[in-house]
Amino acid sequence: MTSKTTEVIVSIKDVHKSFGDLEVLKGVSLDVRKGEVICIIGPSGSGKSTLIRCINALNDIQAGTIHVCGIDVTDPKLQKLELRKRVGMVFQQYNLFPHKTALENIMMAPTLVLNEDKETVRTRAFALMQKVRLEGKENAYPGELSGGQQQRVAIARSLAMNPDVMLFDEVTAALDPETVKEVLVTIKDLAQEGMTCILVTHEMGFAREVADHIYFTDNGVIVEHGPPKTFFTKAKDPRTKEFLSQIL
Amino acid sequence: MVTRIPGITKPTATDLPVLKPFLPRAHPVLHTSAWLAGFSPWMGLVLFLPLMLWPFASHAAGNFTIIDAFGTLWNWVPFLLKSGFLFNVIISVFAMLIGTIAGIVLGLGQISKITITRRISWFITQLFRNSPWLVLLFIVLLAFPFEITVFGVIIMIPDWMKAVIGLSLPIMANISEIVRGAIMSVPTAQWEAAESLAFSRQQILWRIILPQCFKRMIPPWMNWYAILTMATPLCSLLGVEEIITLSRQAMEAENNHPELLVPFYSFALGLFFIYCYPIARMTMYLERRYAVKI
Repeated sequence: MTSKTTEVIVSIKDVHKSFGDLEVLKGVSLDVRKGEVICIIGPSGSGKSTLIRCINALNDIQAGTIHVCGIDVTDPKLQKLELRKRVGMVFQQYNLFPHKTALENIMMAPTLVLNEDKETVRTRAFALMQKVRLEGKENAYPGELSGGQQQRVAIARSLAMNPDVMLFDEVTAALDPETVKEVLVTIKDLAQEGMTCILVTHEMGFAREVADHIYFTDNGVIVEHGPPKTFFTKAKDPRTKEFLSQIL
Repeated sequence: MVTRIPGITKPTATDLPVLKPFLPRAHPVLHTSAWLAGFSPWMGLVLFLPLMLWPFASHAAGNFTIIDAFGTLWNWVPFLLKSGFLFNVIISVFAMLIGTIAGIVLGLGQISKITITRRISWFITQLFRNSPWLVLLFIVLLAFPFEITVFGVIIMIPDWMKAVIGLSLPIMANISEIVRGAIMSVPTAQWEAAESLAFSRQQILWRIILPQCFKRMIPPWMNWYAILTMATPLCSLLGVEEIITLSRQAMEAENNHPELLVPFYSFALGLFFIYCYPIARMTMYLERRYAVKI
């Protein structure tokens, strides 16, 4: 943790978000420094996923400010594409493009969005496949891959854009217990390489091991946060204690 | 409530909630193809049956024999095919071509981000989808000039070309709905995944969404082609030369023997069956093959 810089890369201040009459986020603030790994945990419906979807403008917010890599996400003239080039996102349901092979899935965005040279991208895509330990599966279609393999392709697909921040939205929630590990190992590798990661997760063991900071949300607010050591052992808020006692 | 449980032959009475077995059903818009493809191929022969039997029935009435009726039809067959049915095919192909191109544009308009484009596209789609085809044909035929002048060159518009335009309107509207429906059938998660990779809306639509739903559009598209082909005889009411118009003219030329009516029209019916039946079978085959797998 000493190696982390103090440059704040994602800054969320007093964010409010409602879906109709339902207020999902009721004033959430958090800062993420470059190279930091933060985990957002909490009961379902507490607004975790909504929060990270706000970071790359998949959801808009009603009040508050979000800054990502110096881009004001709440600016009405926001260049969404510029923001999303900097922020990678991995979803619970993988969401690979089913009509493209694993390699094509990875290559599509860099070639079409960043207009990079196809051969350069291909080399990088092969390297990424190796990085997520899927050498040899380059020409497989998503339908031919297991859940865990698809999710690792999805991670590689996001990494191919060379993002500054990676968002992981319950990426292991749809996986078999055996395949969860392979995905977590991939994320852990990333974290150790210094990628800034924001994870919404239910994997407490993983959060404890990898996270620099843990946020516990309930009912649209951050109830408690802290580094894993103190968070898991010295939780103060009764809601946190109850949640941890149920899940650990 | 009486529910059938698979594997149990007797109807079972139960008021418990029952999870019904999953039956892969035909696309809701494929009624026509499902009906047509449901026939056995021998149906074509059955349709020709009146052609062969009618003269027997009417034989007693006059001195026009079965041989005469057959012979007459046989003489007209090349003409009916080349100047008649061929035009039905040409009209259907061109109407489909124009209808498809316009329908794709209209369908994409229906999912446009611009509200006014979306509203107008929706309105045009609904208007032409729910109008009687014959009325559309009349309007086009009467409203369109028979010649237009482009840069001083006078271009004649033959009636069959107007018929093409008239028939392409309802096709356009229905293709528009197919395109909209197919795009809607792709999970929104695909849009989100693509958006988070910084693809533009155009790129998402053309590179990610449409390639995925293209296959799903083919069966309903073919279904509409079969419907269109079977609707081409409507043009005969407007005097466009096609098989029904020519059959009538041929019978007139043969002194309007009533014995000829059934053989001539059965021949036309048989031709339409022979042409549309394989399309319907293919449609249903592709529908099963491309059934949504997510």
